[in-house]
Amino acid sequence: MKPSTAAKPYQRMPLAANLLLHVGFALISLACILPIVLIVAISLSNEKLLTLKGYKFWPDELDLSAYTYLFTNSTTLVKAYGVSLTVTCIGTVLAVLLIALYAYPLYRKDFPFKKLFNLYLLITMLFSGGLVPFYLLYINYLNLRDSLIALILPGLSNAFYIFITRTFFSQTVPEEMVESGKLDGASEWRIFFQLVLPISLPVLATIGLFTTLLYWNDWFNSLLFINDTDKFSLQYVMIQMIRQAEFFKNQLAGTGVALMVREAVPTESLRMAMVVVSIGPILFVYPFFQKYFTKGLTIGAIKG
Amino acid sequence: MNLSTIAEPTLGTASSPPKRSFVRLLRNVVRYRALLLMLLPTTVVFFINCYIPMFGVFIAFKNINYIDGILGSPWTGLDNFRFLFATSDAWRVTVNTIAYNAAFICSGLVLSVAVAIAVNEVRAKLASRFYQTVMIMPNFLSMVVVSYIVYAFLHPEYGFLVKYVLPLFGHSSVNAYMHAEAWPYILWLTKMWHSVGIGSVIYLAAITGISEELYEAAVVDGAGKLQQIVRITIPLLAPVMVILTILNLGGIFRSDFGLFYHVTLDSGALRSTTDVIDTYVYRGLIQLNDLGMSSAANFYQSVVGFFLVIGANALARRIDRDTALF
Repeated sequence: MKPSTAAKPYQRMPLAANLLLHVGFALISLACILPIVLIVAISLSNEKLLTLKGYKFWPDELDLSAYTYLFTNSTTLVKAYGVSLTVTCIGTVLAVLLIALYAYPLYRKDFPFKKLFNLYLLITMLFSGGLVPFYLLYINYLNLRDSLIALILPGLSNAFYIFITRTFFSQTVPEEMVESGKLDGASEWRIFFQLVLPISLPVLATIGLFTTLLYWNDWFNSLLFINDTDKFSLQYVMIQMIRQAEFFKNQLAGTGVALMVREAVPTESLRMAMVVVSIGPILFVYPFFQKYFTKGLTIGAIKG
Repeated sequence: MNLSTIAEPTLGTASSPPKRSFVRLLRNVVRYRALLLMLLPTTVVFFINCYIPMFGVFIAFKNINYIDGILGSPWTGLDNFRFLFATSDAWRVTVNTIAYNAAFICSGLVLSVAVAIAVNEVRAKLASRFYQTVMIMPNFLSMVVVSYIVYAFLHPEYGFLVKYVLPLFGHSSVNAYMHAEAWPYILWLTKMWHSVGIGSVIYLAAITGISEELYEAAVVDGAGKLQQIVRITIPLLAPVMVILTILNLGGIFRSDFGLFYHVTLDSGALRSTTDVIDTYVYRGLIQLNDLGMSSAANFYQSVVGFFLVIGANALARRIDRDTALF
């Protein structure tokens, strides 16, 4: 983030130290990537060889059958993808809109209720009623069992993102702009939608990426509220798959049924293919956003 | 994050005559109705998701049955708590929760700061960006995916560690999901893998905010790299470290549910070392349907958490008034 690229005197380092630094980071990077590589390798492996030789980082024989099976035979996967996509799209759009709508008045210096609504958010960051009342409220009073609303609504209350967005506004949106908008007779809504939002796109993109991940990766709300198999999200199907296999193995270990059941439950490579399919979009999209959001976090978090 | 900006000071204490201030309030409401309307949807959502449950903690003092409903169920005083603390569970989950979180907070702090300082020393822009990208990546995987990754290493028959690494040390066919004693290490490693990269982002941001002149002056005075780090970088990072740590301490009674529930595959044999308050409450609520016990544990967690936050804030205020949250 420093302006010039030429090393200043204080930045200079002995060659050996520099080398050591890079070797260290290369190792750390490997440690971060290799576990993911292992999953991909298993998903591409031949099922028989897997049971013979175990999980390896390099498949002995490239075999795409797990993927072809997944995409041709699995209605569960297609449905789950649909649920995850629906929830993620609706959730992200709603969340970003609501966050921006709440952050804007907090940014306005002339808004007399600023402190009150700040406090209202701050309290939710610090204190929590815990799982049980939350669960009972959703199930017994709002009747949200097996409703996609139960997967969307919990993600709409994120105080931290609102504070980041507000800080962004005060960094990037000049107050004079809002003032001149008002002098020209524009309504508050028009100022917000036509003046403030367009120049805040970087913020919205950052928050959008975060909420997309939040919804895409959410399993907790499915775990609590969803019983209907048609409404299982991708993450929840994965939970089911890993548990089922373990359950059968533990129950039937040593009995003659074991082998038969093992053939029936999702196979090793298939399960890992499912994981790869679920993280695919993230790994694909993330590097493009990385620059954006490191910068985003930096401005939003530090400059206050 | 600059927390003093999150925390606005307490509400104004204007003490003009009540009637005039009421008129002024009304006028402000009318004048700013558009802004208030913008705040409305999120205000409602927060009320549902956060505020109603906060008041709902009192169900711990009731004997809930579904015929009378939650509000109509009879009060039972401390019965639920008596049951909870009569078992050894309460003690076990409390110790586990605090021990894991303490370990995560300490090592997370040290490793994140170390990584941030080291990344900042990488001069090649492209390499630096690559390292950051890769290190943050694990944080974007859900705990379910992480549980598959751990499983790929520890699978009792095919796992990479079990099949290829442990035999080198003379162990064969180990089912890690039956060995409770190994899990503090496994979970620690998993958590660090998942969170150190993203944790270092904030410190890195703070480091890039440090004025270059300080370092230039230090070089003139003959300070080496190590001295620059120890005498300039770390002291200037200290406020951020302190406030983040205090915040984390406030949350020491809550844990990363996914880590303890999915990564362990909720294996019963591992409970003694992996059961934390959150998994305990969840199991009581969903799997055992024991509302009394889980609501008591829930209340215990929320109330202790409340005092921890208050205490942590008081501590922050004592160290530096500006870093306190309220």
